[in-house]
Amino acid sequence: MATPQQQQILREPVIAPPEGAEVQKSHAEPKLHTKDLDFFYGNFQALHDISIRIAENKITAFIGPSGCGKSTFLRTMNRMNEALRNTRVQGEVLLDSQDLLSMDVNDVRRRVGMVFQKSNPFPKTIFENVAYGLRVNGIHRRAVIEDAVTKSLNRAALWNEVKDKLHKPASALSGGQQQRLCIARALAVNPEVLLLDEPCSALDPIATSKIEELLFEIKDTTTIVIVTHNMQQAARVADYTGFFLLGRLIEFDNTKTIFQNPSKKETEDYVTGRFG
Amino acid sequence: MRSSRQKNIVNYLMFGLTGLCTLMTAGILFFILGYLAYHGARSLNLEFFTRLPAPVGETGGGMANAIVGSAKVLFLATLIGIPIGFLGGVYLSEYGGQTFSFVIRYVTDLLNGVPSIVIGIVVYALVVHPMGHFSAIAGGVALGIMMIPISVRSTEEYLHAVPVSLREAALALGAPKWKAIVTVVIPAAIRGIVSGTMLDLARVAGETAPLLFTALSNQFWSPGWSKPTATLPVMIFTYAISPYEDWHRQAWAAGFVLLVLVLSINIIARLALARGAYVPRA
Repeated sequence: MATPQQQQILREPVIAPPEGAEVQKSHAEPKLHTKDLDFFYGNFQALHDISIRIAENKITAFIGPSGCGKSTFLRTMNRMNEALRNTRVQGEVLLDSQDLLSMDVNDVRRRVGMVFQKSNPFPKTIFENVAYGLRVNGIHRRAVIEDAVTKSLNRAALWNEVKDKLHKPASALSGGQQQRLCIARALAVNPEVLLLDEPCSALDPIATSKIEELLFEIKDTTTIVIVTHNMQQAARVADYTGFFLLGRLIEFDNTKTIFQNPSKKETEDYVTGRFG
Repeated sequence: MRSSRQKNIVNYLMFGLTGLCTLMTAGILFFILGYLAYHGARSLNLEFFTRLPAPVGETGGGMANAIVGSAKVLFLATLIGIPIGFLGGVYLSEYGGQTFSFVIRYVTDLLNGVPSIVIGIVVYALVVHPMGHFSAIAGGVALGIMMIPISVRSTEEYLHAVPVSLREAALALGAPKWKAIVTVVIPAAIRGIVSGTMLDLARVAGETAPLLFTALSNQFWSPGWSKPTATLPVMIFTYAISPYEDWHRQAWAAGFVLLVLVLSINIIARLALARGAYVPRA
């Protein structure tokens, strides 16, 4: 018997939300919700009082200069920071209104997937990279795994490029392909949320646009949170944008508002290129 | 002011002196190789590998029992030293807290510096004495203990060289820490760990002192694990200090065989390493 976690991994991703879903959701609880979140590296406080509501099945972008805490904030939402020594978190993080900080950490990370700044495929074959998340969650039936690998590679817009070399090492792929492979690997366990930490910073414009396209494809079924240095990227892909400065969330609003009519002086200075 | 001519002379002198010493370093290995090849290869024949030692007074015979004996003792040493060293290295690299790891690392390095003959005495007291006789087991325990520190440190270093990003990738997919270690970190480092183990084995293969009073030696076959057992290094020692011309010949041959064995393991290990492993920064 599959465990509930495994059943959740194997559920069919809903390709389009049912009609009228948008209206119903307008008052719904946010997918992710943080309240007064503080984060410390040793004695250094990296995040101050972050409270934010992240909408389900939308793309939310965080922008801000280097060292402003946007990546740290992203990593509190799948508790990746816990792997680092000497760190401390205060406040609340809710996933579907439930306390994320007291859930089983491996469960959190399966439900909240992550793609890193530098593509980090395992030194394994393309197929094994995508299958990894299923295997570590106890899914071993060959047919099931093959099916999930194919679907994930398709969703990450990589299938056509790799279908004839699934059993070649992942290192043989180009940088952009490797990053899409990492996205496929994250999608294979059907995460409800996908966190992306500057996923395109090492990629050329063509590879970048491929990744942005695939984000639009998967946003129907997945809540996406993306950290980016590239303001044009945030403007292109995000429904909502948050601006971070020195560990504080300065402003959070519709992307259009942030870029065209920000209410804070700091935001305006940053998006108009006056600093940062 | 010294003239530029003087400066040039000092420069050439330094260049010459350092260069010469560098050449000597490499030269010593080739000299030993050549010397042993000259004396040993001449004395080497098929009998050396297939026959037991000849009784005193007779010429001929071989060291088949010592070759098998060395293999047995090294096998036992690997069985004892590698699991402990490997798992200890995994702990240090993946689990250990900073202070605790520092202490363990320090102690491990000290253990590595313990003279091999001291390890021999301790094993004599703890294994040979209670058993009542010398044995392959005692020899294996002594060499196994000697293998642990290097195994710990090389395992730790090769695991450490695996990028953090790979660990994070595994954890971010919901893999528990132990599973990430077993399925991603160790496989990524396995080439380095295996070659480190081989170098470790090559290092103890030539140890003589701890075997003198653990495995001792034997002129005959030693079936099983609990009899005094001949090994190549101890045979070299015994034969080289004997008064017989023919035994000296055999000692050269044994030395040559041992050297070729150790060098081969070394070269194979380094070749394996050269093929795309995550190598720790020196």
